[in-house]
Amino acid sequence: MFAPCYLDFNATTPLDARVLEVMLPYLQNRHGNPSSRHEYGRQARNAVELARQQLAQALGAQPGEVVFTSGGSEANNLFVKGAAASLRPGVIAIGASEHPCVRQPALQLRQQGWQVLELPLHELGDLDVLQAQALIGQHRPALISVMSANNETGALNDVQTLAQAARAQGAFMHTDAVQALGKVPLNFRSLGVHAMTVSSHKIGGPQGVGALILDKRLDVQPLIAGGGQERGLRSGTENVAAIVGFGKACELMAEEFEQRVGSMSGLRAVMEDSLSALGAEIFARGVPRLPNTSFFAFKNIDGETLVGKLDRAGFAVASGAACSSANPEPSRSLLAMGVEPAVARGAVRVSLGAGNSLAQIESFLLALKETLADLKGLTAVAI
Amino acid sequence: MAYSDKVLDHYENPRNVGSFGKDDGSTVGTGMVGAPACGDVMKLQIKVNAQTGLIEDAKFKTYGCGSAIASSSLVTEWVKGKTLDEALNIKNTQIAEELALPPVKIHCSILAEDAIKAAVDDYRKKNAS
Amino acid sequence: MKLPIYLDYSATTPVDPRVAEKMIPYLTEHFGNPASRSHAYGWEAEDAVERAREQVAALINADAKEIVWTSGATESNNLAIKGAANFYSGKGKHLITLKTEHKAVLDTMRELERQGFEVTYLDVREDGLLDMEVFKQTLRPDTILVSVMFVNNEIGVIQPIAEIGEICRERGIIFHVDSAQAAGKVEIDLQKLKVDLMSFSAHKIYGPKGIGALYVRRKPRVRLEAQMHGGGHERGMRSGTLPTHQIVGMGEAFRLAKEEMASENTRIRALRDRLLAGLTTMEAVYINGDMEHRVPHNLNLSFAYVEGESMIMAIKDIAVSSGSACTSASLEPSYVLRALGRPDELAHSSIRFTIGRFTTEEEVDYTIKLICSKVGKLRELSPLWEMFQEGIDLNTVQWAAH
Repeated sequence: MFAPCYLDFNATTPLDARVLEVMLPYLQNRHGNPSSRHEYGRQARNAVELARQQLAQALGAQPGEVVFTSGGSEANNLFVKGAAASLRPGVIAIGASEHPCVRQPALQLRQQGWQVLELPLHELGDLDVLQAQALIGQHRPALISVMSANNETGALNDVQTLAQAARAQGAFMHTDAVQALGKVPLNFRSLGVHAMTVSSHKIGGPQGVGALILDKRLDVQPLIAGGGQERGLRSGTENVAAIVGFGKACELMAEEFEQRVGSMSGLRAVMEDSLSALGAEIFARGVPRLPNTSFFAFKNIDGETLVGKLDRAGFAVASGAACSSANPEPSRSLLAMGVEPAVARGAVRVSLGAGNSLAQIESFLLALKETLADLKGLTAVAI
Repeated sequence: MAYSDKVLDHYENPRNVGSFGKDDGSTVGTGMVGAPACGDVMKLQIKVNAQTGLIEDAKFKTYGCGSAIASSSLVTEWVKGKTLDEALNIKNTQIAEELALPPVKIHCSILAEDAIKAAVDDYRKKNAS
Repeated sequence: MKLPIYLDYSATTPVDPRVAEKMIPYLTEHFGNPASRSHAYGWEAEDAVERAREQVAALINADAKEIVWTSGATESNNLAIKGAANFYSGKGKHLITLKTEHKAVLDTMRELERQGFEVTYLDVREDGLLDMEVFKQTLRPDTILVSVMFVNNEIGVIQPIAEIGEICRERGIIFHVDSAQAAGKVEIDLQKLKVDLMSFSAHKIYGPKGIGALYVRRKPRVRLEAQMHGGGHERGMRSGTLPTHQIVGMGEAFRLAKEEMASENTRIRALRDRLLAGLTTMEAVYINGDMEHRVPHNLNLSFAYVEGESMIMAIKDIAVSSGSACTSASLEPSYVLRALGRPDELAHSSIRFTIGRFTTEEEVDYTIKLICSKVGKLRELSPLWEMFQEGIDLNTVQWAAH
């Protein structure tokens, strides 16, 4: 079978073969329910607890602070709704380009009397920290949620400084670190946040599992009741195989961090030199970014069309965040940065992974050049 | 739940299981403590030598968890050769320590101490006159 | 024969090797995010997700569009009950369920009580079944939702879902059914059953953990308030990246169940009857729950005069459950058996044997032998057994306060 070259690692990553290996026994003979008191149950329980330690170790947290969920979306929902449920309605502040799974639950809170405060982005793509500090001082939010890294542009936000501002105001600070994990150093303690969302399938682990790292002093109401698993914060039989895989993926990520980041950033530099030479506008290039992500547009070239042509040429890239790819609206992140909608509609996201090679990037650039020539030719004819 | 080796040993090989015959009469004191609804019932019997005043034999039956079975099995060993007063001096803390009982199982050792008291009481009542 | 013998299929089932085989390609070469619309990796994943949706729908005679993926039956139950209660709260605030439901239903109901809903927790009869007369009398004009499990997880009894459905539909009450323990064990035909919402799990039917589904009826249409918000997956009812390999596994598990259910039930019933016959050669062994309206997989017995924990300790070579797996970390007697009116000591000494696809006759025979020998040994140790043998009625004994 012909396998297209995969350049969409921010949407999901292939499963690491070493992760699959540790998962397989839990899809075969080690099938116990961790709540069962017999041998099969204990085996499953121990496996879940080992993974909890692996996450804690890799993320600078305590094992007791790890709450496994079905993924990043659930973890974000759990923080936003669960923390709000323990508080009197007030203000929740979120970044202007938060993922829908933070933004939508925050907007839902308005039904219960909450107000939503948007923290704006700089034109360069990251969150405007000075303005955010001022807004936090002025509106005194009870909850703050800001993504560590933007899933589209890759721009990094100064979560640490915001967390200090939050603590100074007595607010609880959460960061959606789904895209940051594995690409930039991430330490729960030193970030100083109260809660942090991570997801397995963005770092070579399986889909279907994520976690909320949660300071135990923060009172959070569960979203899913019944059974009392995960310290009562998340009921339901644990997804043992996936949790085991997530643990292993975290361990590997920590071990190979330098090498992976070195490889991704090297390849991106090569790619972006060529993209610039071809006349691409690369978004958020002026601020610290994830080392693997390149979000760009070519003047007068429609992003959807370009992505479609690249797919036929054998290259899997994205025209926006995966979850909202069906949505023809231009990227929310770009609009929040003040990019013109006409330009934003041209946006294409290439996100690299540790497995990509220089040869792949070179052939991608070649295909891109041909596609652009094609499209420009068409444009010229049309004009 | 992890049981200590000593609990497991008494559970697997309980000592002095059984009941004395009806014809042992006034030489036997019987203590039955606990309730089925609570999940533990212990029956401890002591056989006393009237001449020496020493407990020369002991038997038990227990309905309960492994720790309850081990606690009662252990006290049948401990009371043998003791006077009644010495037997009454056996404290639940000693039982709990010997068997390395976890906090949630301390009640088993208390029940065993109560069983000794009840058995001694019964013996003394029978031989009061 | 591998020890311990697994007789806890209602806690979770092994993944059928045929299911695992179907899952693995989606863990390796077809790893795309089904929401990726711009390349073949995404489309392949999406196709697989939709195929699985049809496989799940086929087992229960529903339309694929009526299936919403969740992370498991617990989430399905939460979504169904909270989602419907919140959506229809303008019509009324009264909800009805049974005392013997799974915690995922009971705890969700408790949460709704705190939000101002009124919940009636119905008693069941001694056989574990709902008394329809009692049910009818409980209905009120402001009742908006009834939640009754199809098959009880502890005692395996099958509730009269068809009858309850008729009554609910007549009165315009939303009817939710937790079918985690029913799928693949009893026939479910949603063209016939008047059920509006139905919860499913994969890992009780030889699929993987971490995936489940909620059936949401389209005709007449049932509305829900989403409980998890975000990218708008699953037609807005449940956001979050869909775990393709797990969904593929659930689909295949349901497909196999449809093909094999009839023959499998016959085989399992024979094993269950053999187990029952072997164990009831002992005195004072009581069956919990009705035997007629019951899935063939389940046998729940109380061994009188033997304490439950010591029993579990004695039968380490058999993996069974003493009470629901989800609550077995606590030493509380099973609330299901309590609801049947069993005294605590009989609830404490109950064992749930659940038989499944990979159980053999040899395993059943070993189990019979082991249980009989261990129960015999523990009864020799038991002062209560001694009293029973002497003809003493334990109910007349004054037990010392403890």
